[in-house]
Amino acid sequence: MTTAALQEDTPGKRAPLVLGHRDFNAVTETVAGIVEKKTTPSWLVLLGLAVSVLLILLGSLGKLVAEGLGIWGLNNTVFWAWDITGFVFWIGIGHAGTLISAILFLFRQKWRTSINRAAEAMTIFAVMAAAIYPVFHVGRVWFAYWLFPIPNQMSMWPNFKSPLLWDVFAISTYATVSILFWYVGLVPDLATLRDRATTKVRSIVLGIFSLGWRGSHRNWLNYEKTYLILAGLSTPLVLSVHTIVSFDFAVSIMPGWHTTIFPPYFVAGAIFSGFAMVVSLMVLARKAYGLEGLITIKHLENMNKIILLTGTMVGYAYAIEYFIAWYGGNEYERFAFINRAFGPYKWAYWTMWSCNVFSPQLFWFKRIRTSIPAMFVISIFVNIGMWFERFVIIVTSLHRDYIPSSWTYFRPSLFDISTFLGSFGLFFTLFLLFLRFMPAVAISEVKGVMPQADPHAGHDGHDDHGHDAHDDHHEEAASAKGDEGDEASEGDAEKDEEESRG
Amino acid sequence: MDKAHRHEELEEEAAKPFGLMGYFLTPGELMHACEKLKNAGYKNFDAQTPFPVHGLEKAMGLPPSKMPWIVLAAGTTGLLSAIALTWFVSIDYPLVISGKPSFSYQAYIPIMFELTVLFSAFGAFFGMWGMNRLPMFYHPSMKHPSFPRATDDAFFVTVEAKDPKYDASKTRKLLEELGAREIVEVTE
Repeated sequence: MTTAALQEDTPGKRAPLVLGHRDFNAVTETVAGIVEKKTTPSWLVLLGLAVSVLLILLGSLGKLVAEGLGIWGLNNTVFWAWDITGFVFWIGIGHAGTLISAILFLFRQKWRTSINRAAEAMTIFAVMAAAIYPVFHVGRVWFAYWLFPIPNQMSMWPNFKSPLLWDVFAISTYATVSILFWYVGLVPDLATLRDRATTKVRSIVLGIFSLGWRGSHRNWLNYEKTYLILAGLSTPLVLSVHTIVSFDFAVSIMPGWHTTIFPPYFVAGAIFSGFAMVVSLMVLARKAYGLEGLITIKHLENMNKIILLTGTMVGYAYAIEYFIAWYGGNEYERFAFINRAFGPYKWAYWTMWSCNVFSPQLFWFKRIRTSIPAMFVISIFVNIGMWFERFVIIVTSLHRDYIPSSWTYFRPSLFDISTFLGSFGLFFTLFLLFLRFMPAVAISEVKGVMPQADPHAGHDGHDDHGHDAHDDHHEEAASAKGDEGDEASEGDAEKDEEESRG
Repeated sequence: MDKAHRHEELEEEAAKPFGLMGYFLTPGELMHACEKLKNAGYKNFDAQTPFPVHGLEKAMGLPPSKMPWIVLAAGTTGLLSAIALTWFVSIDYPLVISGKPSFSYQAYIPIMFELTVLFSAFGAFFGMWGMNRLPMFYHPSMKHPSFPRATDDAFFVTVEAKDPKYDASKTRKLLEELGAREIVEVTE
C-alpha cells in the first residue's frame, strides 16, 4: 500500500475532498466550464438515443390511452405487475438523492457536496418517471385529477383512510419539496454562471433564475438556516414516503404483503437501489466531464460502503420474512413464501438474492470497492436486483391467491416492457439535459468544504491579527456586545424599505 | 416636467454614492476586516462571498436568522389545514370502514404529516426569499467592476454610504489599511 493510501485510512486524517490543488476559481472553471463549452457530438448522440427511447414511452402511453389497460399483461389474479414494480423501482431510486442531500447534510458528511446536486436531480427525474405509472394506471388518464381532494358537484371525496391516497399526498409532497430544495441549492451557482455569462441571452435567462443573488452574508445567513430546515424536513419526509409506499402492500391482507417489517425494509431497499444508481451515473459522468478531481475515488468508495450496508440490511429483511412466515404459523403466509422461493417464479426470486444480497458482499474488499469497473458492474446488478425485488413481492404474492382455480402465471405484454423501457428514456433525457445545462456539481458547497475556506486557516499568511481576533471568548463577547448594533441595523433596514417605497 | 429636466434629475440621482466596495482573496482577511469595521462602529456594511463563510455573522455582529419562526408558523398552518380537511371530509362524505368512527384520526396521520412538511417547505422557500428581499434584479453593489468575482473567488466588503460613520476618504483609508483590493465607490 502506498503512503497516501495509508494516510487516507488513518483515523483522524481525512482524505482530501478536492484533488489536484485546486483554488476557488479552478472549481468554478471545472464545473461552469462543462455548461459553457460547446455541445459535444457524443452528448448529442446520447441525447438522440435517450429521446428515441422516450418516444417509445410516449407511443406506449398513447396506445394505452387509446385502447385501455387491456394492452398490459394484467389479469384478474395479477392485477398489479410491471406498472407498480416500475413505480416502486423509480421512487426507490429517487430516495438516494434525498439521503445524500438531506440526511448526510444533517450528519455533517462533507463528502456529499460534490455529488449532491446530481443526486438531487436524479431524485426529481426518478419521481417524474415513477409518477407515470399511477397516473396512467388510472386508465382514463384525463380523470387523474380525481386523485386529489377537489370539491365537485357530486360532493364526493377520496377515501382518506386508504394508503393509496396517502401515497398521493406523500409522492406529491416529496416531488414538491425535492424541487424546492434543489432550486434553493442551485441559486448561488446560477448566480456564478450569470456573472460569467458572455451572451446577452444567457445573462438574462440566468439573471432571472438566479433571482439577483449577490452572495450577501445577510442573505447567506437566512439561506443556510433555510437549507438546514429543508434538510431537516426532507429527512423524515423521505422515510415517510417509502413507508407509505410500503403501506400500499402492508395494509392489505394479502399473504406475502401483510408484514410489519415492510416500512424499514422498503426504506433500506430504496436507499440501496438509489445509491447503486448514483454510482452508475457518477462513474460515467465524472469520466465524461473530467470531474475526477471533484468526485474522487473516496466519494465512490463511501457510496459503495453504503451499498454494502443497505444490501446487507435488505438481505436480513429477506431472511426475517422467512423466519416470521414459519414462526407465525399462518399456513397461507407459509405457502406464499415457499411458493416464492420454489414456485414458478423461483428464477426471479434467486436473481433477486444474487444481485441484491450476494453481489454487494464483494464490497468488503477494498480492491473491489475502489475499482471503477467492478463497482459499475455491481451497481448495475443492484439496479436489476432491486427491480426484481419489487416484481417478486408484487407478482409472486398475487399469482397464487386463496382460490387455486384462479391461479395463473403472469407474462408481461409487449406494452408492459415498452412502457418500462421507455421510462428510462424519460429519465436519461432529463438527466442528459441537466448535465449539459446546469452546474452538475454544487460549486458554492464544494468551495465551502475546501481547506482554504476556513477563515481560521493559518497557512494563508495573513494571520497577523492572531489571538485577539480569532479567540472564541472574544467572539462570544463580541456577539453579546453586538446586540445593540443588531437592533440598530434592523431599524435601518426598515427605513431602507420605506425609502424604496417612497 | 420637461424631458431634459427629468433627465438631469435622474443623472443627479444616479451619481448618489451607495458605498465603498473592496475585496479580499481569502475568507480570513474578510473576517478580519469585518471585525475591524464592526469595532470601528460601522453598522451598514455587508460582505459578499462565493460561499457562506462560517463565523462571519459573529464578526459582523449580525443577529441569528428568523427563518425557524416562519417555518414554525407555516408548519402549524399545514397541520391545522390537514386536520380541518380530513375532519370536514369525514363529516361531508362519511365512509364507514371496518365499523370505525368516521373521523378516525389514526388513519389521517400520514396526511397530517405530509401537509405539515409541505407547508413548512413552502414557508421556508418563500420566507427565505422574502427575508432576503429577492428577487432583486438590480443592486448597486453589482456595479463594482470586479463584482463577478464575488460569486467566484473574491470576498467583498461593502460599506454603505448611509452608515452614520461613513466618510468617503476615512472609510477608504480604513479599507486600504485592512488590505482591501480595488476599492471603488459605487453609485446607487
